[in-house]
Amino acid sequence: MASFNSLVLVCLGYVTVLFVVAFIADRLAATGRDRWLRSPLIYTLSLSIYCTAWTFYGAVGYAARSGLEFVTIYLGPTLVMIGWWWGVRKLVRIGRSQRVTSIADLISARYGKSNLLAVGVTVLSVIAITPYIALQLQSISLSFGAFADENDPANYVTTAFWAATGLAAFAILFGTRNLDANERHQGVVTAVALEAVVKLVALLAVGIFVVWGIADGVPDMLERIDASDIGHWQTDRSRWATIMFLAAAAFICLPRMFQVMVVENDDERHLRVAGWAFPLYLAAMSLFVVPIAVIGLELLPAGSNPDLFVLTVPLSEGREGLAMLSFLGGFSSATSMVIVAAMALSTMVSNHIVMPLWLSFRGEGAAMSGDVRNIVINTRRLAIAGIMALGYIYFRVSGGGAALAAIGLIAFAGIAQILPALMGGLYWRGATRSGAAAGVTLGFIVWAYTLLLPETGSGILTESVLQYGPLSLSWLRPNALFGIEGLDPIVHSVAWSLFLNTAAFCIVSVSTFPDPLERLQGTQFVNVFEHSTAPQEWAGSYAQTEDLMIMTQRIMGAEQAGALFRQGATQQGLAGAMPEPTPAFLEFLERELSGSVGAATAHAMIGQIVGRSSVSVEDLLAVADESAELLEYSSRLEAQSAELSRTARQLREANALLTQISEQKDAFLSQVSHELRTPMTSIRAFSELMRDTEALSDADQKRFANIIHDEARRLTRLLDDLLDLSVLESGKVNLNLGTGQLSEVLDQAVSTALTGTNQPIQVRRVSGPKDIEIISDLDRLTQVFINIISNAHKYCDADEPELQIKVTAVGDKVSVDFIDNGSGIPEEARATVFEKFARVSTDKAGGAGLGLAICREIVQRLGGEISYIDGRQGGAFRVSLPVKAEI
Amino acid sequence: MTDQPPRPVFLERSVYRRRRMGDASFLLSVFGALLLCAPVMWPGPAELEAEAVRGIAMSGAILYIFGVWVVLIFLTALFGALVRRRDTEGVDPGNR
Repeated sequence: MASFNSLVLVCLGYVTVLFVVAFIADRLAATGRDRWLRSPLIYTLSLSIYCTAWTFYGAVGYAARSGLEFVTIYLGPTLVMIGWWWGVRKLVRIGRSQRVTSIADLISARYGKSNLLAVGVTVLSVIAITPYIALQLQSISLSFGAFADENDPANYVTTAFWAATGLAAFAILFGTRNLDANERHQGVVTAVALEAVVKLVALLAVGIFVVWGIADGVPDMLERIDASDIGHWQTDRSRWATIMFLAAAAFICLPRMFQVMVVENDDERHLRVAGWAFPLYLAAMSLFVVPIAVIGLELLPAGSNPDLFVLTVPLSEGREGLAMLSFLGGFSSATSMVIVAAMALSTMVSNHIVMPLWLSFRGEGAAMSGDVRNIVINTRRLAIAGIMALGYIYFRVSGGGAALAAIGLIAFAGIAQILPALMGGLYWRGATRSGAAAGVTLGFIVWAYTLLLPETGSGILTESVLQYGPLSLSWLRPNALFGIEGLDPIVHSVAWSLFLNTAAFCIVSVSTFPDPLERLQGTQFVNVFEHSTAPQEWAGSYAQTEDLMIMTQRIMGAEQAGALFRQGATQQGLAGAMPEPTPAFLEFLERELSGSVGAATAHAMIGQIVGRSSVSVEDLLAVADESAELLEYSSRLEAQSAELSRTARQLREANALLTQISEQKDAFLSQVSHELRTPMTSIRAFSELMRDTEALSDADQKRFANIIHDEARRLTRLLDDLLDLSVLESGKVNLNLGTGQLSEVLDQAVSTALTGTNQPIQVRRVSGPKDIEIISDLDRLTQVFINIISNAHKYCDADEPELQIKVTAVGDKVSVDFIDNGSGIPEEARATVFEKFARVSTDKAGGAGLGLAICREIVQRLGGEISYIDGRQGGAFRVSLPVKAEI
Repeated sequence: MTDQPPRPVFLERSVYRRRRMGDASFLLSVFGALLLCAPVMWPGPAELEAEAVRGIAMSGAILYIFGVWVVLIFLTALFGALVRRRDTEGVDPGNR
């Protein structure tokens, strides 16, 4: 067995290696030669701070006690990582685009840069994480105790103390060295990655030794597993699902995870590798846990601490080197977690609690006050020391032991209270600050009341409260809230706290109205893949660039600030001079500063310098409203101009129609005179003949008289038509409504139209609904049909002329189609076919071209319409009528 | 305020592929969660005590869970490779 001192030496040696690695990595990063340090591999390994000493040692103990349940701790993060594309990627994108420094900063930025929320999340994190840090100190002490032969309780405490001190020193040295906007702690991340390798190698080595060294290969190992105390699946169901969920939630919400996953992320594409590589790491970490537990249960005397099997199994087999490796693995797990957790928490404490306090205390303005840069760094250092001290004190007060072992899951449950506000903030634009505050607060209270205090803070809740509830209200018992008894405490607490948390978050969010900044930030977060920048604008016309410069120097250091301002000036085309404090520059500056001191603080600091001249979001919205009005006005103008051009087009069309009609009228007049003159001429000629010819035979006389009579009738008909049309057009016509069958009307029209003609057109009736009873002016309707039918008869130029009459009824309309098999009406004539005196061809003179015009008038009077159907083979007319005419 | 421009019915091919990628990733998580929650249906301690159910042997449970795990890792790696190929093919509108 190694002596205590040699163990200390090994640890110091290991820590020295870590220091050197971190130092070199920082130097490489400073000189820009850190390309391979920014690889996806390092990123993936750095995520492994999820596996703390609790999981390194504790997983085996957990497995020895409850079988495979330990694996849920790893399965939750696995599920998160395999869905990286829709989950973690968004988180990382937002974290990078908003220069988020911590989970508290993210929540605060999302909900309108609210510092209150940031403080709440910070306090919650500190309360949940401090015991967790104590747990790491405990595991370091325990492993020292297991290794060193002398089991001196004083050593136990001393180890924890020095471990805490050493870790604090490391975190301070590498976690708070610089304060620049692109703050990445390359040194720490690299050291953490190295530690990840060490703990994986250690656990795998012990596992391989157990399976192939002690057991006889895999089949033998499986048999031994089945033969052991944990050889049967007997995991509590509710715990299985709950812990898996809890682990997934904690993986996202734990401040240290957020630090490595989002803040330290250098390239979003690293997730592509980490998405599968990190689950692989987790699987490898848990692969040998059950074998080690089983062999430990077999080999070691009953009553030995299963949490230390990873150490004691190799030791009992006399493998000191392996045991030392395994000890270093556990030490790595503890140190890396503590360092990153302390760093993350200190950032939160300094950005969200100390800086705002200090800013409000030094009310005279950021530019006028002391060196902010030093203050920020020193606060962080103090915060790290304070957090480590808290962890150590907690370790001392709780006395270690089993009480601490449960703290891992309790911390997870506490941190998971951030989840609803976080997920709501990422995916739901309706989430508001009040909702988030209500949810986190209520969840925190329920968690503390049902889990934290009963499990760890014994003494705060008295026995009677635990047994009978406060004031003997049994439905408020911490372990049986609202009377639900018999649940596992973790399941009970997680179910209630997250349910009430989410409910409060949703209800309050729905019923409150976010202020404009919240709404803008909400859009930027939820639609981060669509939006790029510009959460808020500053009007810097009164801001002094010098003041800004001084303030920036104090936060970031002279060199950084100089570079930043030079960059700003170059962007404005003012190379070599100071940049103008344009809104764009101020926003850029705020963003950079928020990388150092958090969004809320940076906002407040710039606000102090720029003062009242900063444009409030309300102003912005007012401007937006104005521009919306302008837009509306211009769109109205556009609409008007469109209307004007439409009218102009209509006018042009009307004009063309008028011209056409006027031409038609001229044609009509000449037509009328022609039509009138032709019969008149023949009447005059034949009557002169009859008057002047002496010896006129009877036959001739009769023939001439007949001609005169015919011509006179033609004249009469023409005049009748004209009269009819003028009456119809003037609207003075009287319609005699009657009821009749449409088919009868058609029959009558067909027979009338075709009586006395030779070679009558073949009429084919396509039987529609037989009996359509219509109420209309039947005589007038017959007149229309006659006209169409005789037109078809007259103009159909097919060899075997045929007319198809098709009746269709749709609703209360009936349409009658007349389709012949001739060549139809030429296309250019279709538009005017219903105009007066429009005649399709002059070679087939017949009527005066008034027939269809009359038809149209009649049908319109009857409430229907007549149209020419395009696209048929022959001439085709459609008369559609209401079944019941209303005059 | 002003009206939002109507969203196009048909998306650009790349955007469409991108959305389906998101669906695939989501489905992977959901099915992964379902598969990993399957042990909830195995006989638990209560059944083992109450009846003479044989229960699931630990070795079987280990093989199942690690099997699912490996398959999920493999599928995620495959997904990553697909994303990578697509990213190098064209400009990703969401990644600008």
